[in-house]
Amino acid sequence: MNKPDFNAVCPLPISQYPHVLMAHGGGGTLMHRLLEDVFGKAFSNPILDTRHDSAQFTVPAGRLAMTTDSYVVRPIFFPGGDIGSMAVHGTVNDLAMSGARPMYLSCGFIIEEGLPMETLWRVVCSMRDAAKICGVQIVTGDTKVVDKGKGDGLFINTTGIGVIEHEQKILPQNAQPGDAVIVSGDLGRHGMAIMAVREGLEFETTIKSDSAPVHEPVLELLNNGIEIHCLRDLTRGGLASALNEIAEAAGVKIGIDENSIPVREDVHAACEMLGFDPLHVANEGRFIAFVAPKDSDRALQILRCHDVSAGAVLAGKVAEKHMPLVTLKSAIGASRILDMPSGEQLPRIC
Amino acid sequence: MKFLDEYRDGALAQKLAAEIHRITTKPWTIMEVCGGQTHAIVKFGIDELLSKQIELIHGPGCPVCVTPLEMIDKALEIAAKPNIIFTSFGDMLRVPGSTTDLLSVKAKGGDVRIVYSPLDAVTLAEQNPAKEVVFFGVGFETTAPATAMAVYQAEQKGLKNFSMLVSHVLVPPAIEALMSSPSCRVQAFLAAGHVCTVMGYEEYFPLVKKHRVPIVVTGFEPLDILHGILMVVQQLESGRAEVENQYSRSVRREGNQPAQDLIRKVFQVVPRKWRGVGEIPQSGLGLAGAYAAFDAEKKYGLADRHVDEPAECKSGLILQGLLKPHECPAFGAKCTPEHPLGATMVSSEGACAAYYRYRRHEATDAK
Repeated sequence: MNKPDFNAVCPLPISQYPHVLMAHGGGGTLMHRLLEDVFGKAFSNPILDTRHDSAQFTVPAGRLAMTTDSYVVRPIFFPGGDIGSMAVHGTVNDLAMSGARPMYLSCGFIIEEGLPMETLWRVVCSMRDAAKICGVQIVTGDTKVVDKGKGDGLFINTTGIGVIEHEQKILPQNAQPGDAVIVSGDLGRHGMAIMAVREGLEFETTIKSDSAPVHEPVLELLNNGIEIHCLRDLTRGGLASALNEIAEAAGVKIGIDENSIPVREDVHAACEMLGFDPLHVANEGRFIAFVAPKDSDRALQILRCHDVSAGAVLAGKVAEKHMPLVTLKSAIGASRILDMPSGEQLPRIC
Repeated sequence: MKFLDEYRDGALAQKLAAEIHRITTKPWTIMEVCGGQTHAIVKFGIDELLSKQIELIHGPGCPVCVTPLEMIDKALEIAAKPNIIFTSFGDMLRVPGSTTDLLSVKAKGGDVRIVYSPLDAVTLAEQNPAKEVVFFGVGFETTAPATAMAVYQAEQKGLKNFSMLVSHVLVPPAIEALMSSPSCRVQAFLAAGHVCTVMGYEEYFPLVKKHRVPIVVTGFEPLDILHGILMVVQQLESGRAEVENQYSRSVRREGNQPAQDLIRKVFQVVPRKWRGVGEIPQSGLGLAGAYAAFDAEKKYGLADRHVDEPAECKSGLILQGLLKPHECPAFGAKCTPEHPLGATMVSSEGACAAYYRYRRHEATDAK
């Protein structure tokens, strides 16, 4: 079956080699052409264009934030995004969780021999566009080609540097009793969009990944003086993992209300079908904010003015200093533990 | 979500719980047979809403949990062979055998794949004629029609590279075995709605008559389960023992006849070992003689393999309702979802996993 094409294609700048060869990572002319015509062309900026071994740039005085993440998503192109845009959004979002303004990215490509050049170019274009939208520059990078069978098409690592322009202490350890727990929008879209196109599990749906940058609403919260104690993006493991990690770090009990958490109907249906809990499913454009209770309403107002966080809700609060625990008020009003998912999410039998 | 949210309405749930409370005059012990119901009970906290006089015992109705160790070992042995694509439902991949599990076999290079339907395994066999495709067919009467259809289609297509490791089990013989046990405390059953969607509920009449035990066919949403409990308690309180159908939006008395015909065509009733319980006569489905060529146990010479269960895991007592998960000494200590000693901790429908996931703090407090 042909996979649907989710992304527009830009013209490929080098066409004499339709597939990536080992020589494209070998340090010779082929590699030089790949770097110049693909990466250099797409990501061009004054820092990268120096073609030095390391990027040089000036940063404002004060604190910096730095993060790294590797992207191995399958399939490479999925409804709502691809490995390239995700590699930008994911790292930008990790920086945003410190309240940092994202500035520079590095990117490392590990390419399996035989990857269609067209595929690589589409991913690179997607990264270029995502970086432009996020206002970040890709200033350094690396490419390795591995033997056929020794990789899975394409892996990308990005490292990000951002500037912290606020004085707040945004850390998981800083979640405090009384804090309002705000969820920035509906949950579970990325995970279920991927599930729907995974080999062997295909089902018909229009669910698209929520992959998107979230730094703008976060920076606006800070610019408006919202007292933020902790931020966390809701990627693998979903809301359940994020809340448990914070409960653990801060030594607190967090209570949330299942009825308050938005889950789109199609996502809910797919989760029911496969036996998944939407609170365990991955997102790529959602975060939680622990804010001082006095600022909770204002924070919600600000978040709701941005498309990416228009669906923000108050989901619960930090109850007390306690043995780390997350409790959930269930749909029928009873209370239970909300645990981290154990291992990989596997579809249930019946 | 339509047709779902209606059955999760908090106010209605409270009303049903209050009605159960109102009519209950003495303690009753009720077993929900199906692991899906156990999961819903613990996930939604249904038992918290109930009168303290109602005790729910979690039954043996999780197909992953009751699949015997020796069957898992057979699966592991087949999956590790070269040139095999081994397929199963997701939950089976984590279940520990004597030494390892299917996910580890996969990590070591075995071609182990999750399929959502047994028919996908047939498609894989068609697409990979040079490979042997084996499907691990587990489950109750609910999943049996789909596995039967897979074997039937494989035969119709003349596929020689498809076979199946069958470990299907049947609900009524399990209820019979439980009720015949001298230590049985169960006074009424919530029967599994999806099993009865396929099989109907006529086969429960003899059980009700013989053991004087109410059986209510029940669905899986919180309101279904509370309604089923209410119907059971009404019977218990008035001294009745009947088969009733709470899940009438899905279950008919005679069940799904074409599905039953297919099961009867492809399978035959066989004795089956249940993990932690032991062998129960006439409690399983195996491939009928005409389909023996698709029997992976025969194909790979594993039919005579026997493995004893480890003593440390108390899942047998838990599956029989004689022990609550958190009463097991290993619970939460030596046995967790990451390092399960037995299947009840592995499957998301297993009683131990459900307790661990949703009730751990109570269990810790109780210790």
